[in-house]
Amino acid sequence: MAEFAFEPEPAGVALAPGETAREVAGKNPWLLAGRRLARNRVALAALALFLAIVVVSFGAPIWANHIAHVDPFSSNVNGTTVVDGKKVEVIQQGGGALGIGENPIGPTWQKNYLLGADSQGRDVFARVLYGGRASLLIGVGSALISCIVALLLGLVAGFFRGPVDVFISRVMDLVWAFPIFLLAISLATVLLTAPDGLQWGPVRVDPASLWIPTFIIALVYVPYVYRPVRGQVLSVREKEYVEAAIAQGASTWRLIFVEILPNVITTIVVMLPLMIATTILTESALSFLSIGVQPPAASWGTIIEDGQGLLYTRPWVAIAPGIMIVLTVLSLNVLGDGVRDALDPRAKLRLKRAKVGK
Amino acid sequence: MATDATPLLEVRDLKVSFNTEDGVVQAVDGVSFTLAKGEVLGIVGESGSGKSVTMMSVLRLINDPNAVFEGEVLYKGRSIMDLGDDRMREVRGGEIAMIFQDPMTSLNPVYTVGDQIVEAILTHQPIGKAAANARAVELLRQVGIPQADRRAADFPHQFSGGMRQRAMIAMALANDPDILIADEPTTALDVTIQAQILELIGRLKDEFSSAVILITHDLGVVADIADRIAVMYAGRIVEFGGKRDLFYDPQHPYTWGLLGSIPRLDRPKQDRLHSIAGMPPSLIDPPAGCRFRPRCPHAFDRCETEPALEVRGGGARHLDRCWLDPESKRAVRDRTIRGESAAA
Amino acid sequence: MAVFIVRRLFGLVLVLFAITVLTFLIFFATPGVDPTRALAGRNPTPETVAAVRHQFGLDRSKPAQYALMMKRLFISRDLVSYGNQALRVVPAIKKAAPVTFSLVIGAAIIWVVMSVVVGVLAVVLKGSIWDPVLMILALIGISMPVFWLGEVANLITQDRLHDTFLFSWVPPLGYTPLTENPWEWFKHMIIPWFTLSVLYIGFYARVLRASMLDVANEDFVRTARAKGLSERRVLLRHVLRTSMITFVSLFGLDFGVLVGGGALVTEVVFGLPGVGLLTFRSLQSLDLPVIMATVIYGAFFITIANAVVDILYARLDPRIRPA
Repeated sequence: MAEFAFEPEPAGVALAPGETAREVAGKNPWLLAGRRLARNRVALAALALFLAIVVVSFGAPIWANHIAHVDPFSSNVNGTTVVDGKKVEVIQQGGGALGIGENPIGPTWQKNYLLGADSQGRDVFARVLYGGRASLLIGVGSALISCIVALLLGLVAGFFRGPVDVFISRVMDLVWAFPIFLLAISLATVLLTAPDGLQWGPVRVDPASLWIPTFIIALVYVPYVYRPVRGQVLSVREKEYVEAAIAQGASTWRLIFVEILPNVITTIVVMLPLMIATTILTESALSFLSIGVQPPAASWGTIIEDGQGLLYTRPWVAIAPGIMIVLTVLSLNVLGDGVRDALDPRAKLRLKRAKVGK
Repeated sequence: MATDATPLLEVRDLKVSFNTEDGVVQAVDGVSFTLAKGEVLGIVGESGSGKSVTMMSVLRLINDPNAVFEGEVLYKGRSIMDLGDDRMREVRGGEIAMIFQDPMTSLNPVYTVGDQIVEAILTHQPIGKAAANARAVELLRQVGIPQADRRAADFPHQFSGGMRQRAMIAMALANDPDILIADEPTTALDVTIQAQILELIGRLKDEFSSAVILITHDLGVVADIADRIAVMYAGRIVEFGGKRDLFYDPQHPYTWGLLGSIPRLDRPKQDRLHSIAGMPPSLIDPPAGCRFRPRCPHAFDRCETEPALEVRGGGARHLDRCWLDPESKRAVRDRTIRGESAAA
Repeated sequence: MAVFIVRRLFGLVLVLFAITVLTFLIFFATPGVDPTRALAGRNPTPETVAAVRHQFGLDRSKPAQYALMMKRLFISRDLVSYGNQALRVVPAIKKAAPVTFSLVIGAAIIWVVMSVVVGVLAVVLKGSIWDPVLMILALIGISMPVFWLGEVANLITQDRLHDTFLFSWVPPLGYTPLTENPWEWFKHMIIPWFTLSVLYIGFYARVLRASMLDVANEDFVRTARAKGLSERRVLLRHVLRTSMITFVSLFGLDFGVLVGGGALVTEVVFGLPGVGLLTFRSLQSLDLPVIMATVIYGAFFITIANAVVDILYARLDPRIRPA
C-alpha cells in the first residue's frame, strides 16, 4: 500500500522565519484570512450559491406579484389559470383511483404555477420562494442571536470566573441536558397554545410571528456556542500578554474588548455558517411538525408538511422545498469549512500539487 | 558492493526543497558527509538549519508531496532513494533507527510502553510474542529503568520525561540497528537528565556497536561523545571536523559564535553573554554569497562569493566555508570567543 | 472507580430532578397556559372547569401538583393520560420503547460501520479524486433534513418504484414487533434504518477523517513509521485507534439522544409507534402526564449515555483514568 500522501509539518524547515519575514508583523490576520478565503474557489462558489438563494427568496414578492401574478397565500380552490393558452382549473376534479377525488395541477413549467399547485390551489413555486424568506430569516436571526448571547455569557463567565462562571455554566448545562428537540418542541407547543398570542407585560407577540421560532431556536443553541466561546476566553485569559496587560493596570473593559474579544470572535465567525445551517434544519423540522412557523406564514418546513398528503400524486410540493433546504445548508457547510480553513491554516493540511517533480 | 572500506552511510550533495504558497524553500542545500561503523557524528545548528530534514530524508520519513529530493544517500553502498517501499521499511527501525525530540508526544498514549517496544521487535524479528516481551523487558533494564518488568505494563504518561526518552532509546535499539539517529534527544529534558541520557547513549553505542548521529542545537551536548562534528547553517555544512579540531581550532565565525555563547565558568565573567546578532536567513530567498555574511562581524568583500566546503586552515579532514585567512583569523577568533570584540 | 461511578449516579439523579422541574414549569407554570382548557372539552361551564381542575389536582399548589405527578409516575405507576383516561402512561412507554430501540440500534450499527469505512477510505485515498467526492457526499448527507429524506424514500419505495423488483417487498408504513415476525420486522425497519443513518454517516465520516488527519500529524505516528511499521498498521493501529476516542464519545452522546426520543421525525415519517412519536403526540394534545413521562425517559437516557461515554472515554484513553 502506498504511503498516504499528506503533508506533515516538516521538522526543522525554516518556514517560520521565511514566512513571517514575508507576512510583515503588522499585517492584519483578518486580511490574511480574507485572502486565503478568496483563493478558495469552492468556498466562494458556495457563498455565491447561498447569496443567490437569499436574493431569490427575498425577491418572492417580485415573482409572485409581477411575474407569475399569483397569490401564494390565499386559498384558491376554485381558481383557474392559463396554461399554454388554455384556461384550466387549478384544482381538477376526477382524480384518484375512484375518479372522484380532487387533484391540484402538476408542474406547468411556465411562469404561473411553475411547480403546480398544492391542495389549497396555491402556487407551489411562489410559496417556496416566500418560504425561503421565512426560513432564512429565522435561520440567520436565531443563529445570530444565539451567537451574541453565547458570546456575552461566555465572556462574562470566562473572564470573571468564580461563582458567576459556575452559575452560568450550570444553567447552560441544564438547558443543554434537555434533549434539544424536546426543549424546542416543548417551548413551541406551550407558546403556541395561547390562541390570542403571548402577553408579556406590554409586549404582545402574535403566534404567527416569526419571532417565536426564532427565539426558541436561538435559546436552544446558546449552550452549544457558549461552551467553545468560554473555553476560548479561558485559554486566552491565561496567556502571558493578558497577564502583562493586567500588570500594566489595564482596566477590565479594555482587557475584555481589546485583548480577549478579537480572539474569541474568530471562534464565533467560524461557527456562524454552521450554526445557520443547523438552525435552518431545526426550523424546518419544527415547522414540519406544525410547531414552527404557523399559518398564514409559510416556511420550507411547512410546505413539506403540506406536501405530505400529496406525496404520491404531486410530489413536487414536498420535494421542492427540501431541495432548497439541501442547497442552502450544503452551501453553508462548504462555506463554513472554507472560513475555518482560512482562519486557521493549521487546521487544514495544505496540499498543493507539486509541479516540479523529482 | 559493501566492503570494509565502504562507509556505513554516505550522503552526497543532498538537497531538499519544499514548494510552498510563498515560494520554494530550500531546506537542505548540498549536504555531504560520511559515517563510519561505530562512529559518533554530531550535527549542530540552530532551528531551520536543515539538520533534522537531512536525517529525516535519510530514512525517507518526509511524506510531503511538495518535497523535492536531489542527491544521493548510500547505506552500505546502496542507494536509499532507490529502495522499494518494503525494503525501506525493513531498513527503518531494523537497520537505521531514529529517536526524536519530545518523548511525551513521540509515544502513543493508548498503548503500554512494553507493547510499543514489542511492536518494534516483532516488525523486524519473527520471534513470537513471549520472546518479544522478554526482550522488551530486558531492553528497558539495559537503559536503566528500574523494575523493568512492571514498568513495561505502564503507559507513557506514567513515565517521567527522562524515563520516556530511555524507553524510546530502548525501542530504537531493539533490533540492533547499525545506526542510531538521535534528533535533539535531550532538548525537552531537564539539564541533569540530559547528562544521563547522553551518558546512556554513549554507553549503549558500545554495547550495541551502533554508529550514532546526534542532532542538536547545543554544542555542549556533543562535546563529550561525538567523534566528528558538522556545523550546519542555512541548509549547508559550514564547518566539519573532528571534535578536538572544532573545539580547539574552529575555523568558521558561526562556530565561534556558537562556542562563545556557551556560558563558561572557567573564563573571566563577561559583561554580557556573546550572542550572534541578526536572524537566520530566509530559505526562500537566501542571500547571495556566503550565507552567514549578513551576521558575520568579519565579513569582507570576498564573502560575496559563496565559499566551497574545503580544507583550508585547519588540519586534514577539517573543512570549512570561510574566506578569512587562516592565520590572521585565529587572533580575531580568540577575541570573539572571549566576547571582547563586540559583534558588529 | 466505584467512587467515580457513585458520584456520576448522584449527578445523574440531580440532573433528572432538575429536568423534571423544568419541564413541569414549562407546561404548568408558563403564563397564559392552562391545561384545564384542553381537558375540559369545548365551551365548558364554570362548574365543569372547577370539577376538572379538582379531579386532576390542578387546584392544588404547584409543588403539590408536581409531587403528585411524580408519585403517580414512579411509585404507584398509575399515572394516566389526560387525553385518554384508559391509557396508563408507564405501560404506553414500555410498549413504545422497543420500537425506538429497534430503529436506533439498527441505524447505529449501519452508520458506525459505514462512517468508519468512508472515513478511512477518504484518508487512504487522499490526493485522489475520491477523497473530495466522498466528502461532498458526506456533506450532502448532513445537509438533508431527515424527514424530507424519509418522504423521498417513501415516495420511491412505496409508490414510484414499488412495483419493481427493487422495492416490491417494502411493506406499508408501520411496525411489526421483532418477537411477532422477525422477517416482517426487518422489512419494516430497513428503509427507516438507512434514512436515519445517512445523516450520521455524513457527520461521522467527516469527523473521523478530520480526526485521523490531525492524529496523523502527531509525533507518535512519525515514531511508528520510523520503527518500520507498514502503512496499514500505522493507519489502523495508531491513527484510527487514537481517533476512535473522539468518535466513540460523540457516538455515545448521539445514541443517547436518539434512544431518548430524538428520532422523532423519523418515527413520524415512517409511522413507527416509538417513544418519539408518543412524545410528539402528547405534546400536540398537551397531554401533560405523558409529556412528563416521555421527557423524563428521554432525559434519563441522555444522561446515562453521558455517564457511559465518560467511563468509556477513560477506558479508551489511559491518560485520563483516575490514578
